[in-house]
Amino acid sequence: MLDPVLMESLWQATVETFYMVGISALLAVLFGLPLGLLLVITAPNHILPNSAIQKVLGSIVNVGRSIPFIILLVAIIPFTRLVVGTTIGSTAALVPLTIAAIPFFARVAETALLEVDRGLIEAAQSMGCNHWQIVLKVLVPEALPSLILGITIMVISLLSYSAMAGVVGGGGLGDLAIRYGYQRFDTTVMVVTVVLLIILVQIAQYVGDRLAIRLRKR
Amino acid sequence: MISIRDLYKIYTYQQGKGKIAALDGISLEVKAGEVFGVLGQSGAGKSTLIRCVNCLERPTSGSVWVGDEEITALSGTRLRKARQRIGMIFQHFNLLSSRTAAENIAFPLELMGYSRLKRRARVEELLALVGLEGRGDAYPAQLSGGQKQRVGIARALAGNPNVLLCDEATSALDPQTTRSILELLRDLNRRMGLTILLITHEMGVVKQICDRVAILEAGKVIEQGTVSELAAQPDSFIARELFPQRNGFKPRPGSVLVTIAFRGETANQPLISDLAKRFDVDVNIISGTVDTVGGQRVGQLHVELSGKDVSSALDYLQVQDLRHEVH
Repeated sequence: MLDPVLMESLWQATVETFYMVGISALLAVLFGLPLGLLLVITAPNHILPNSAIQKVLGSIVNVGRSIPFIILLVAIIPFTRLVVGTTIGSTAALVPLTIAAIPFFARVAETALLEVDRGLIEAAQSMGCNHWQIVLKVLVPEALPSLILGITIMVISLLSYSAMAGVVGGGGLGDLAIRYGYQRFDTTVMVVTVVLLIILVQIAQYVGDRLAIRLRKR
Repeated sequence: MISIRDLYKIYTYQQGKGKIAALDGISLEVKAGEVFGVLGQSGAGKSTLIRCVNCLERPTSGSVWVGDEEITALSGTRLRKARQRIGMIFQHFNLLSSRTAAENIAFPLELMGYSRLKRRARVEELLALVGLEGRGDAYPAQLSGGQKQRVGIARALAGNPNVLLCDEATSALDPQTTRSILELLRDLNRRMGLTILLITHEMGVVKQICDRVAILEAGKVIEQGTVSELAAQPDSFIARELFPQRNGFKPRPGSVLVTIAFRGETANQPLISDLAKRFDVDVNIISGTVDTVGGQRVGQLHVELSGKDVSSALDYLQVQDLRHEVH
């Protein structure tokens, strides 16, 4: 049905999408989770209240979240070169994707962590937990199902962000849809890539939901 | 065992413009091996009080001693070590939903650095202690309220504390479950010599398991003492809560209304017929109750006395050493 050349580029685009979304999601969790944790525990009446740190971090996160992705993509090109040594290709797209995803996930993580009942933290304190133990043994494990759902939301957002990666030659399914489907009026490519994206989103949501249900013992 | 000395907790609001004293100069002594209750309405400050005992809240001034350690003088690692020797259970159990009952009980043991093997053995012991053998693998969501509180108790006792703090531990439970949890606490108190400080708004809890009680109102202790003794004082807060009151009953002209309190032996005397036989009085019973409080029979009777010999009858009550109050 589809010619081999198209199949080849579809396959390559899918791999690129996985690469960009996978790595940037991983990095976003790695940096965004600690940021979200800091936002939560420095809040008033939490375990390390510090309104100065909370406000500064909150503002940084807000700034990060207000820049439109397409602008961020171009604006940080010098920084991208500094980090990965190149300004084109999937690897170059990784940097802005990660930069955009970190504050996004920080807020998502903050919301999930705030759901943890204050009573549990109090109980942990009454048993002699220090701050680290509260974070690692109470906050994160108790918020885990919500965090998983948050990661799902982020992965799906990254899928659509990654469509703009074409601006820096990042490739991926979205880029393929724009270049072949939209700009060359190739309806087949358009439909196939969009269907592939729909399938990917469905899979991501399904896996995330199942995992959260498994982990949620409530 | 627990010594609370001149404790104040002042909250300020609107940048220090307003002040409110949640604890307004509280002093209490909880003896080793007793069950001590703090009874009060919500907002009386009892929650703040119990949180000051393990410094979950810092008092504004005053001190708290547990054993021979001044808890309020500790901070950092030393405070956390001290907290491991003070068990605490909560109204809403506060179990980790992501852990099984056994893993919840093992939590404080992990903090204390027990090995996996020692943890498992100790958890089995604790499950048996609270009557949850074989339920270790259940998640909190699969347990009833009473079972959750049993897990809470096992968790609180994991590190062999001398003291157990109970923060409204039965307030979220139905009456029957409340009774069984209180029985368990009483049993642990007797068998292990565990000192228990509990706060509650339920008179029934005080009646069932407390040796001594303090009544808290607006941050102040307005009454404290042995539960059965207080119950036997007709004008005490405890007696008024425990026994039905006169409800505005007015004695007829020429008669007096008398409240008589019984305790222990005297509760078994045929007092009414005694009065009627000995003196020329009519005794009209308005209301009366006899109850078991702190293991003692305690009662209160409201009677209306009329006739010629009322004053001699009242003298007789005095001689019989029956606490009474003439209204």
